[in-house]
Amino acid sequence: MIAEQTVVSLEGVRKEFGRGGVVALEDIDLDVRAGAFVSVIGPSGCGKSTLLRIVGDLIQPTAGEVVVNGKSAHRARLDRDYGIVFQDAVLFDWRTVERNIGLPLEMTGWSRQRRAERVRELLELVELGGFERHHPWQLSGGMQQRVSIARALSFSPSLLLMDEPFGALDEMTRERMNLELLRIWEQTGSTVIFVTHSIAEAVFLSTRVVVMSPRPGRITGIVDVDLPRPRGNETREQPRYAELIRDVRRTLRRGGGFEEEADAGSETDLIVAEEGL
Amino acid sequence: MSTIVQRPPAREGWSGVLRRLSDWAPAAAVFVMGIAAWEGLTRGLGVEEFLLPPLSSILDTLREQWSTIWSAGLFTFKEALGGFVIGSAAAILLALVLARWRGVGRAVMPYAIAANAIPIIAFAPITNNWFGILSPASKMAIAGVLVFFPVLVNTLRGLTSVRPAQIELMRSYAAGEFEIFRRVRLPAALPFIFSGLKVGTVLAMIGAIVGDYFGGSQDALGILIRRSAGIFDFKLAWAAIVVASIFGMLFYAAVAAVERLTMRDYPSARGADL
Amino acid sequence: MLMGRRPVWYGLGMAYAAAARVRDAPPAAERLLAWARQGGLLLAVLGVLWGLWELFRWAGEQTGLHIGQFRVNGTTFPHLHDIFMTLGEPSRRNGPMLIEVLRDSAFVTAKEAAAGFALGASIGFLIGVVLVHSRLLQRGVLPYIVASQTVPILAIAPMVVVWLGGRGLPSWFSVAVIAAFLTFFPVTINTLRGLNSADPRALELMRSYAAGRLAVLVKVRVPASLPYLFAALKISATASVVGAIIGELPASVGGGLGNAILNFNQYYSSAPNRLWATNLIAATLGIAFFLAVVVAERIVVRRAPENVA
Repeated sequence: MIAEQTVVSLEGVRKEFGRGGVVALEDIDLDVRAGAFVSVIGPSGCGKSTLLRIVGDLIQPTAGEVVVNGKSAHRARLDRDYGIVFQDAVLFDWRTVERNIGLPLEMTGWSRQRRAERVRELLELVELGGFERHHPWQLSGGMQQRVSIARALSFSPSLLLMDEPFGALDEMTRERMNLELLRIWEQTGSTVIFVTHSIAEAVFLSTRVVVMSPRPGRITGIVDVDLPRPRGNETREQPRYAELIRDVRRTLRRGGGFEEEADAGSETDLIVAEEGL
Repeated sequence: MSTIVQRPPAREGWSGVLRRLSDWAPAAAVFVMGIAAWEGLTRGLGVEEFLLPPLSSILDTLREQWSTIWSAGLFTFKEALGGFVIGSAAAILLALVLARWRGVGRAVMPYAIAANAIPIIAFAPITNNWFGILSPASKMAIAGVLVFFPVLVNTLRGLTSVRPAQIELMRSYAAGEFEIFRRVRLPAALPFIFSGLKVGTVLAMIGAIVGDYFGGSQDALGILIRRSAGIFDFKLAWAAIVVASIFGMLFYAAVAAVERLTMRDYPSARGADL
Repeated sequence: MLMGRRPVWYGLGMAYAAAARVRDAPPAAERLLAWARQGGLLLAVLGVLWGLWELFRWAGEQTGLHIGQFRVNGTTFPHLHDIFMTLGEPSRRNGPMLIEVLRDSAFVTAKEAAAGFALGASIGFLIGVVLVHSRLLQRGVLPYIVASQTVPILAIAPMVVVWLGGRGLPSWFSVAVIAAFLTFFPVTINTLRGLNSADPRALELMRSYAAGRLAVLVKVRVPASLPYLFAALKISATASVVGAIIGELPASVGGGLGNAILNFNQYYSSAPNRLWATNLIAATLGIAFFLAVVVAERIVVRRAPENVA
């Protein structure tokens, strides 16, 4: 086996919001190897979005250690080691598609020529060639997300963080986007941490599925997905696929993921307050 | 973010021009009807001249005394413009400070809003005493204070209208506060800022004219109106009022034009009411 | 949708408020403490402003600051406590205390402003309701409604007084009409925006009930428009006071604050404090009207007041 390096490592990570307030994450130990596609799944409010942001140094853990690419998460962010995709495409209305994708490149001082070339490459990659001059509000939801993904890949980060990127899309578009994402992932060879609350999506896309419990979020279990690659529509019809979905579901249930929350306050509100946004 | 595919605003082909015309057709129709009604009713019902002269008389007076009225209008407009520039500049600067130090902003906001409730116009005699009745500075001060609050409130609202995810995105690019401001907050605030500025144009003009009522230079429009009303020359008074209104509208239109140029790339859904 | 347009802190505030409501209401002692803290903050702010005033005065006198004709001295920048003292003194020989005179004037102006506010707000709302049902009317009429605010109503005030007076209406009513002119505009604009802001899905729901226009209006559009309406009413509260003061000037309507300002303006060089005191009362009146709307909003809408548009 090739010596695989660990791209992301979380050890004993714990997150408390506010003074003695909500414990979002407890006792998180996780290693993500290079080139892996790791999904994080759990019920609402289980802290998966928080976990993602801790990896991205957008939130600081209350306790524990986070190592990304062999450095602290903070350093990794400053070095722009990762690209992030949110559920909402977060494109800027006042910029064209081209300028939206080129935003991080502008900030790193790329020349206009180099940016234009890279944008063209990326648009081909996400199959939106020719849409440079469009504006975000002229595109459908799926297209906007593709632009968002293109932007995240613009500076070729080795790590991609995705927070329920297809959550707002309809089922058909979502399945199509899943295939797209796998294709892009294979082409770029990046490592992906993918937060979702769709069991089917998690199993279809990943190499491993990390299952979380309701708040305070702990890792209930990890399910290795051994479905063959390349995966496609036929994969969904394999019996192994259904088995894995069953396994994930059982793990979720074991952790209490299917019980009704007594106090599932919105994770987003906590994050917003914490980051001072 | 809309998931509906929207057609881009029509480029200036025939369909675009036609659509623009049809948008303004009802207003044009009302305009024509209004003019006709004015003329017809004032003459037909024999409305006393000092209440509302027929439009044709006013236009005649305008033509005859054009230079007097126009230069008075220009004089007052300069007062309004001065106040507008000072007031909005101060407001935008303060809004930048308040948006940066959110805590201060939140604490100060209720007081700014309450201060906006003070009838500023009542301070006109005081500014007259400060800067001298004849000096344009006294009217500029009133206009400036009138403009200050709407611009402040709107700019602040715009600067804080940024969605959390946009800030998170910029932070993931290791962007500093200034970069975030330059690339996200400022462009996002622009529609709001212009909204406030448009309100300010009208207020500045009104402030300058009303300020005249407590005393002002003979060259000012407000004084002209007062004087001509005082000697019962109502056609002149109304002509001056019409010109005052026109200046106000032109001022507003000028800012609206700048807005349209600056915000060419913005989706029309974000545009202001007019 | 609306989410992107409201300030983030507003959403945050709503979340916190909701969470607070879920928990038990704070005991009386805590609530009292919160009030005391607010009051303390208010006093602190007023104190700071007072301090700044005196500081500016002192610094201005020391440095001999002047801008054009403006100089800092006892006439242009009276001491704040002197202004307060003047309130307790008679304004005319053997006359009542200044504060009593001003109080009476304030009542007159308040009556005019309140009448104007009621009139303007009602008319503004009605216009908004009519316009929301016809895009054609909107496109035709709205530009002129906006343009109407560029007309210096002050200049037209004498005509209004004579015209209404000729019909047997008291002059204070004419002032109210002028106040209404300044009041109706924000209400119209915001009513229109507010009525249009109703959730399209709620409207569809009403259609599925075969609801008539009136029902849709009352049950869906008007409730949706309340935040916008109150934002406008807060502006209008001030506008009505301004309109009343302005309206009194050319018409020389007896007894209001506008007249007091004109009177005391004449004696400014000899007795500057009286004009300042009048302004103080006028400011208080404006703020009082504003606060009245804030309180009304809290009662009607039962949540944190929307930040003013």
